[in-house]
Amino acid sequence: MERGAAAEVLRGVRAGVPVAVGYVPMAMAFGVLATQTGLSFFQAGAMSFFVYAGASQFASLGLLAGGASALAIVLATLVLNFRHFLMSVALSRRLPLRQGSDHRARIAPLVLGFGITDETFVVASIEERLTLRYFFGLIVTVYLAWLSGTLVGAGFSSLIPPVIARGMGVALYAMFIAILVPGVKKSWVNGLVAVAGGLLAWGASVLIPGIPSGWRIVIAILVASAFGAMLGSADETGLEQGEAA
Amino acid sequence: MIWLMIAGMCLVTFIPRALPLVLGRSLMLPRWVRRWLSFFPYAALGSLIFPGILTVVGGRPWIGLAAGGCAALLALKARNAIFPVLAAIAVAVGLQLATAG
Repeated sequence: MERGAAAEVLRGVRAGVPVAVGYVPMAMAFGVLATQTGLSFFQAGAMSFFVYAGASQFASLGLLAGGASALAIVLATLVLNFRHFLMSVALSRRLPLRQGSDHRARIAPLVLGFGITDETFVVASIEERLTLRYFFGLIVTVYLAWLSGTLVGAGFSSLIPPVIARGMGVALYAMFIAILVPGVKKSWVNGLVAVAGGLLAWGASVLIPGIPSGWRIVIAILVASAFGAMLGSADETGLEQGEAA
Repeated sequence: MIWLMIAGMCLVTFIPRALPLVLGRSLMLPRWVRRWLSFFPYAALGSLIFPGILTVVGGRPWIGLAAGGCAALLALKARNAIFPVLAAIAVAVGLQLATAG
């Protein structure tokens, strides 16, 4: 049993490696920019340790530099992170969380919820054998990558040459594509929804100049998924089965 | 001021992420909502890939497209995402060096 548990965590860790590769250069860039904006090493680190939301962290630096108040920055963060609420709702149908009053059943949703990012959401929700231990391994791996990247960036500088860092910047896109392809092979509707999502996100950025990336994603998720729901159900295996159980 | 801001950002980031998991499946949802939710990951993927992939290397959108295309081809065969990812990084670095200056 214990060996099986460790193997599950390790499976999640492996799934987290491509995400970690993509997070490190971004986190270093955040660390560098944070100290340039006037945050101390510890403040920059605390931001990644406690807040742990890439887009909002970058946005907060821009707002700070522009002289915004703490309250305005907190509100902007709330608005920018609404997409994670949607993702958590979707994930709550897939994660096999136990109902219970014991310690573990109470703590698990808090720990796992903290680890939800755009990247961990898509990786986990497309994984067919999604277990709590797998998700735990995944989120710990990418969290440590984000945190350590921030500390290195804030403490030293972006150690990675710009050409390599930009190259590593493609990692997350390549990972998104690599997990999208099997889904499209399973059902063409999944691919159609993804294309609709991309076009909506692009359309939103053209029609509403300066729209935050978080809201492009919210619009794409709500509208493109509704379009998909008219054509069928994404994964009979995951969602519907989990519902019947 | 900064520490207060960090504490506030922590709360407004954590609550929306954790709340649905805390409520868990005690929430009974109609079938059409479940179907809708089931497509969220694919819709999210589309919006995360495009148009962002065009901006990997500023001013040279085709580098992101080439690296992404390479990842897509490899993903047809590979079982793990790491090979398409490493190949895409190699393509992106290589194309930048080949077309520099």
